[in-house]
Amino acid sequence: MVLDFVKPSPLGTSWGLGGTCVNVGCIPKKLMHQAALLGQALKDSRKFGWEYEEQVKHNWETMTEAIQNHICSLNWGYRVTLREKSVTYANSYGEFVEHHKIKATNRKGQETFYTAGKFVIATGERPRYLGIPGDKEYCITSDDLFSLPYCPGKTLVVGASYVALECAGFLAGIGLNVTVMVRSILLRGFDQEIAEKIGAYMELNGVKFLRKYIPVKIQLLEEGTPGRLKVVAQSTEGSETVEEEYNTVLLAIGRDSCTRKMGLEKVGVKINEKTGKIPVNDEEQTNVPYIYAIGDVLEDKPELTPVAIRAGKLLARRLFGGRLEKCDYINVPTTVFTPLEYGCCGLSEEKAMELYKKDNIEVYHTFFWPLEWTVAGREDNTCFGKIICNKRDDNRVIGFHVLGPSAGEVTQGFAAAMKCGLTKQLLDDTIGIHPTCGEIFTTMEITKSSGLTISQKGC
Amino acid sequence: MVAPAVALAAASAASRRSWRRLFRWRAPGSRAPCRPVCTARGLPGGNEYDLLVIGGGSGGLACAKEAADFGKKVAIMDYVVPSPRGTSWGLGGTCVNVGCIPKKLMHQAALLGGALEDAHHYGWDVAPSAPHNWQQMATAVQNHIKSLNWGHRVQLQERNVKYFNIHGSFVDDHTVRGFTKAGKETLVTADHIVLATGGRPRYPEDVEGAKEYGITSDDLFWLKKSPGKTLVVGASYVSLECAGFLTGFGLDTTVMMRSIPLRGFDQQMALLVTDYMESHGTKFLKYCTMRKLEKFEDQRLQVTWHNHEVGREETGVFDTVMWAVGRVPETRHLNLEKVGVTLHPDSQKILVSASEATSVAHIYAIGDITEGRPELTPTAIMAGKLLARRLFGHSAELMDYDNVATTVFTPLEYGCVGLSEEEAERRYGQEGIEVYHAYYKPLEFTVTERDSSQCYIKMVCLRGEDQRILGLHFLGPNAGEVIQGFALGIKCGATYSQMKKTVGIHPTSAEEVTKLWITKRSGLPATVTGC
Repeated sequence: MVLDFVKPSPLGTSWGLGGTCVNVGCIPKKLMHQAALLGQALKDSRKFGWEYEEQVKHNWETMTEAIQNHICSLNWGYRVTLREKSVTYANSYGEFVEHHKIKATNRKGQETFYTAGKFVIATGERPRYLGIPGDKEYCITSDDLFSLPYCPGKTLVVGASYVALECAGFLAGIGLNVTVMVRSILLRGFDQEIAEKIGAYMELNGVKFLRKYIPVKIQLLEEGTPGRLKVVAQSTEGSETVEEEYNTVLLAIGRDSCTRKMGLEKVGVKINEKTGKIPVNDEEQTNVPYIYAIGDVLEDKPELTPVAIRAGKLLARRLFGGRLEKCDYINVPTTVFTPLEYGCCGLSEEKAMELYKKDNIEVYHTFFWPLEWTVAGREDNTCFGKIICNKRDDNRVIGFHVLGPSAGEVTQGFAAAMKCGLTKQLLDDTIGIHPTCGEIFTTMEITKSSGLTISQKGC
Repeated sequence: MVAPAVALAAASAASRRSWRRLFRWRAPGSRAPCRPVCTARGLPGGNEYDLLVIGGGSGGLACAKEAADFGKKVAIMDYVVPSPRGTSWGLGGTCVNVGCIPKKLMHQAALLGGALEDAHHYGWDVAPSAPHNWQQMATAVQNHIKSLNWGHRVQLQERNVKYFNIHGSFVDDHTVRGFTKAGKETLVTADHIVLATGGRPRYPEDVEGAKEYGITSDDLFWLKKSPGKTLVVGASYVSLECAGFLTGFGLDTTVMMRSIPLRGFDQQMALLVTDYMESHGTKFLKYCTMRKLEKFEDQRLQVTWHNHEVGREETGVFDTVMWAVGRVPETRHLNLEKVGVTLHPDSQKILVSASEATSVAHIYAIGDITEGRPELTPTAIMAGKLLARRLFGHSAELMDYDNVATTVFTPLEYGCVGLSEEEAERRYGQEGIEVYHAYYKPLEFTVTERDSSQCYIKMVCLRGEDQRILGLHFLGPNAGEVIQGFALGIKCGATYSQMKKTVGIHPTSAEEVTKLWITKRSGLPATVTGC
């Protein structure tokens, strides 16, 4: 049996079966990112001989309608798959009432009780709010953005997470006036050299950044679709404040686990009181033997769809299929779909230095100029690749980083190679595919420690 | 390992050298009058250069630069014999001038035309189709190529590599003579000589009008005007890639094939490639062979061919006919018989050992000109670099030509590494392999309702516990980017279970490789559904 229920966002947004990824995460995000990339492609195409009017406008409603239609088809697809496999699906909110028993409340408030031998908690997360005046009333989050029935207009994105930067990126890419307000660093937890490059690229391409500020008050100036909001922000380094008017304020400051109101205390499931996350052992088991948890609610695990899918499948196989395989969380690759995409697998440079010490690692790096960017007249010495090797272990690749087009496609195979114990020698021995971006990793020669320049001079 | 015939040839060349007295003409341009000078030859140190590279393409340039980095005195000769149409180009070889680079740029131009259509679905207020200006694109591409020619000149200069724009041929095994365009003669001597003269497109011998009226890839990328309604003859990747992007520009394009497409590649994948092209506007004349080419007064071409399927002759009218029926190695003008470098009797390519040595001890060959090697830029580059390191850098490392990944940049791209299914079956038997496969739909195709019927992945593994991956085939967008990392995995000896342990990146097309689970053997339908 599957219980799925979406509590509407403060602004009333809700959606169907499929969870965050399908409805308000990966899928609509990548499609809107694609819309923005196509805007860039339009600009490039003129350099490649395509003739059409210079000023091209973007229609938000056309895009969101197309995307929502696709999401609906996925919701439907999931309903069908569950039915085909005879899985009972209830669109109800589940809470534990006692051991082995839950109460399921549907939209109309009707309660039904179910018992089961085993339970899996996979309730995920929802966006966090600031806790300042006006935030819940007037701000939107990623929960609302992807189905917003009107163009958000001049937008302030608050936050420095990948959600913040990805959304700011595609909003700017479709032609909107976008500002990102950042409290301290960008993309905490990611490689900081690359995070700064991502920010720099966005800034060069029209996104404004307000660094070291936090909003303290949001006021409504005028209702509308979109309306007008005044944002008052405070510097983190002094007493200065700034005020600015925006049509939309999008909060992307983090996500909170949906674990607080489901009766976990009634059955004794321990959660991290501060974060709401659930600690589990390496078999996804909570401290209560018949209750398991997977996905974004887990403590210290990557918040990624493929990880959750894999963990879920393997858990089911262990519980009911007599299998033993556990989910391997090491070297999980990921990609940030900012205007300049960032794919990575393994350790950031900072983490590598912390774990292995500077003398034991070697960092190879290079700029590269995608061939397609040459004729398009796009920036050289911007796309970037970096690998971090463990000198004490045969120059094993412990960190892979690529900043450039199709970063996800590039990174995937290298993640598989890292799973197989990739070393620098093997990279050097492998012949690249020409002309591609990925081939640069087979010819990387310059180390950071050499101090040599990596600026490209051509070819 | 050097074949016995090659070893014999090397021995006889050495004995000829020890008996020869040779003359050297001073290089033109020097102030002293030209007069013959006797020089002890065949002894290291008696030659002007440590290394002479003949051919300034991917392999030649890489070898020359690497040798120069070891502090050696290096010279490189590069010369482009104009095509029958008169097309010529600068330093850099096939890849830079009439291969990979302009091909990928024109492919990109065609893809951007597709992006224009897609943009409409994603909310961009642009007409779904726009006219394409060939001249503007070609100029931009040609300008980029010229910047690369220039870049190579600068890189050679920076390393003090002497560049001769002359057409060289052997006088004896340490001396190469060439004539500049102006007719001036130059002699260059070197201890070691590397042949890297590559190949040029083949013209059919038995088709009337082939050379007079047809063009090849040598000419296509340098055309100032649109080729218009085009017939591309051939089933090679050159043919399909060119036909692909020409169709993408809105040109009426037909491919004529004698038999199967992409010979040597996995045939299931090859057919998916052509299926996609056919359902996206490229016309195909299958089982047809050319008979003759004639020109009308209005400059259009009358093409006559034999259609083997229906057993009769047919005709058509085209603006351009492009031959893409293979390439011939540039070995004919080198005077190789003079020095005893042996060629393969059929292909006329140079026979080399695992260390790139020819039948003459100090003469080597790399790149497209060599027999049994992949005709790819990155292999030529690496072969050139490793050769220089073995000659001058005390290295013993040999090239590994196994599992070289490649990508065919057709409208739907095909990337592959390792064995085709046919080859795997041939080596291990059908019972000895397990083939995992899946049809998938790239997320970006959903909103645009693009046809993804040919988006397909196939992984050929050894059957049994190990399930080592023998070959990986990917058909879809950004195929080159997808395959590159997996090629690394295969280099590491990746197995199917290691692939399964790799978590996918979502949403990408590449993640579908890590999700493969349906085997051909199971007979289950291979269409992937879901998120």
